[in-house]
Amino acid sequence: MTALTVQAEAEVAKWNMPVGVTEISREVHGLHMLIFWVVVAIGVGVFAAFFYSIWAHRRSRNPKPATFHESTTVEIVWTVLPFVILIAMAIPATGTLIKIEDSSDAEMSIKVTGYQWMWGYEYVGEDYSFYSRLDRDSDRARQVGSGIDPSSVDNYLLEVDNRLVVPTDTKIRFLLTSNDVIHAWWVPALGMKRDAIPGFINEMWARIDEPGVYRGQCAELCGRDHGFMPVVVEAVPPAEFEAWLAGKRGDEGSDTAASEPVQVAEADTGTATATDATEVAAADADADADADAEAEAPADDAASAELELAALMETGEKVYKTNCVACHQASGKGMPPAFPSLIGSAVVTGDPTTQIEQVLNGKNAMPPFGHLSDEQIAAVVTYTRNSWDNDSGVVQPADVAALRQ
Amino acid sequence: MRWVMTTNHKDLGTLYLVWAFTMFFVGGLMSLVIRGELFEPGLQFVDPEFFNQMTTMHALIMIFGGVMPAFTGLANWMVPMMVGCSDLALPRVNNWGFWILPFAFGMLLSTLFMDGGAPASGWTMYPPLVLQTGEAFPFLIFSIHLMGISSITGAINVVVTILNMRAPGMTLLKMPLFVWTWLITAYLLIAVMPVLAGAVTMLLTDRYFGTSFFTASGGGDPVMFQHIFWFFGHPEVYILILPAFGIVSTIIPTFARKTLFGYASMVYATAAIAFLSFIVWAHHMFTVGMPLAGELFFMFSTMLIAVPTGVKVFNWIATMWRGSMTFETPMLFALGFVFLFTIGGFSGLMLAIAPADFQYHDTYFVVAHFHYVLVPGAVFAILGAIYYWIPKWTGVMYNEKLGQFHFWWSAIWINVLFFPQHFLGLAGMPRRIPDYAVQFTDFNVISSIGAFAFFIGQFVFIWNMIQCMRGVGEPAPARPWEGAHGLEWTVPSPAPYHTFEEPPVVDDKEVAAHA
Repeated sequence: MTALTVQAEAEVAKWNMPVGVTEISREVHGLHMLIFWVVVAIGVGVFAAFFYSIWAHRRSRNPKPATFHESTTVEIVWTVLPFVILIAMAIPATGTLIKIEDSSDAEMSIKVTGYQWMWGYEYVGEDYSFYSRLDRDSDRARQVGSGIDPSSVDNYLLEVDNRLVVPTDTKIRFLLTSNDVIHAWWVPALGMKRDAIPGFINEMWARIDEPGVYRGQCAELCGRDHGFMPVVVEAVPPAEFEAWLAGKRGDEGSDTAASEPVQVAEADTGTATATDATEVAAADADADADADAEAEAPADDAASAELELAALMETGEKVYKTNCVACHQASGKGMPPAFPSLIGSAVVTGDPTTQIEQVLNGKNAMPPFGHLSDEQIAAVVTYTRNSWDNDSGVVQPADVAALRQ
Repeated sequence: MRWVMTTNHKDLGTLYLVWAFTMFFVGGLMSLVIRGELFEPGLQFVDPEFFNQMTTMHALIMIFGGVMPAFTGLANWMVPMMVGCSDLALPRVNNWGFWILPFAFGMLLSTLFMDGGAPASGWTMYPPLVLQTGEAFPFLIFSIHLMGISSITGAINVVVTILNMRAPGMTLLKMPLFVWTWLITAYLLIAVMPVLAGAVTMLLTDRYFGTSFFTASGGGDPVMFQHIFWFFGHPEVYILILPAFGIVSTIIPTFARKTLFGYASMVYATAAIAFLSFIVWAHHMFTVGMPLAGELFFMFSTMLIAVPTGVKVFNWIATMWRGSMTFETPMLFALGFVFLFTIGGFSGLMLAIAPADFQYHDTYFVVAHFHYVLVPGAVFAILGAIYYWIPKWTGVMYNEKLGQFHFWWSAIWINVLFFPQHFLGLAGMPRRIPDYAVQFTDFNVISSIGAFAFFIGQFVFIWNMIQCMRGVGEPAPARPWEGAHGLEWTVPSPAPYHTFEEPPVVDDKEVAAHA
């Protein structure tokens, strides 16, 4: 399994479209190559005439130009011939297109929701969902002037904190939608991409043949962090997948509400992450879990300690710039009536409970930010309560933890 | 004051061209910010938000500030001289049409200094993202309204001039191809600019007046914007290329010393492309989740465009065939156009195949495709046209050595710049990302080097043109190109301030079809 994963990742096609691991992706690749060679053949013919003419019909070699300027026969030929070639290409393309659009008889469905800037995944009917964001190492390295060499980060910008685990040899229907702006969900190895549009549910499907880790990115400009919302799909044999899913549901179903299992990733202790790793049989998950556990630890300590206003403001500004600035603006003025001003607003100056709950659970157009850590939420709430002439006191991570459901 | 108040088509043509060149420079600097940031992985210089602002502004400025005014400038200068009339039909409107532009772009550029920065939602302005724009939002909308008004006034002027003011004997099917392509382009402009204006006005009311045309939570449809936008946007891409077809169809016969092959089929092919451009818009939207029937229709109709476009390329090559060619700078740019535009056409055909497009869509493959048709396409044609007609405009010949150097330098670096982007797209690099995974490094480095080199080379052109405008150079005869035909060459060089106050007698040697 590890060997396969490594192999799949090592074969990053540099010059051409990757072949992929679904029947559709192989057909699409075949079409791509077919039309490529058709185009090359036409190109060779056309450019041969072009360059021959430049060479043979230059003035020094052919001082007297011919006078013809019309030939109905020739013109008919070079109108009809391309038609025939196009029809020859359209036939296989139509067949593939019909297959792509036929998502009937799917064996399972996964709902994919785009957020600025992460993905939400829900196994439909399985009572399990989670969020998936750029992993910590890439996120640290990508900051302006981070000083971290991107090539020292494994799978820079193509790794997430929670991978989408799916079974192989299963027709999986992906239902795509979005919570804010238009995103596009794309894993090249699956041979498809499709937009995730607010208010719509789009469909695509895939049946993955080979276990492995397949990486892609959001493909529709979705704002500031458009370049930083990777998609990582980990395909495992069906039995392994069932065990993984059962483990996930078993763990969280008992002690947290199923609707917010994402907390595990951020708020719970390192042990939860370590448990995940034992259940995902993927060998490389162990290393990730260790790294995660380390990364979680300091955040956890912080959550238990009282934080200073200055520290909260500093973190809060970063969180605000990443998550809130698009709607509420750097000035805090928002864009009324869609996005209310935060300056002197009742929510921001009143009882902190209301504001924390709103950040955790969302309200109207505002998406829920429950995936953020207690510390991050406390920081951003504190930031908004103490910026732009607001002066409404400090909120601690413990306050946020108390309000999580 | 002469330049502010002028209604003379030659003065306004010059103003348009100078303006377009200024905008090319500004938009070019923005592209250098983009390529500079993408030189290596990691974020070195700019915030991702600013990167998005640069990609958005680069596109808007290049399309509406660069290519379109440059073509309008050429039309201003040449259409009256080619059809044998004294000026455009509506000279005062013409003055207005030009002077709107500095205000429109002043407004657009001022957004860079506003709270929340310039628009950052891409030139396509898809909602809901565009509704997150800060204080720049109304300025974006109004500047687009102004650009649209300017384009429409220019287009109306061209149509009326061509249809009403041709010299006696200049029948429609004797007009030069440049005039024909501009006539068709002008109709496209008149048809689609109001559509764009409508779409952005709907955005404006969504943002400020509580409508929800494009807001799903209010019963609207974000995809409807894309349909409306691309109903404008696809004809727009032909607005950016049809006049270039006309230019190349003028230059190649001159330097091949042979009449254009298949004049009538060139005209019909142009009209066919214009017609098809109205029914293929949704090929920009294959991934939004259309019904199968829709995808099939848009795939087939898009593939059809290859036919008339192919006819044009074949005709150009047949014009060269058994000609007696020389390779002065305008001819070099025209031949560079044919070669590189054809490559852009090939990638366009690949993009038309919907199943494959699901993979290509929104990757660098698309970026490579449309830059191949817009830079070695539209821009090379504009440069070729300027070299071709500048003796007529200034009365002196440009420096041929510098011109040839400019061509070869541009032709080499433009390929270094854009060819590797095909590979990046196929390997999976999305468009509009400010930072990328490390396996994309090599081609990005090459591409960025190409961008800087290409940009530097353009100063050779500026120098050459400034010399001409100062009147430094060999005096040009009335017909500096041996094989040139057309009414514009019957007047002295430089062309007098007022030409054809009396309609000329149209000699059959001076018309396109039977020169």
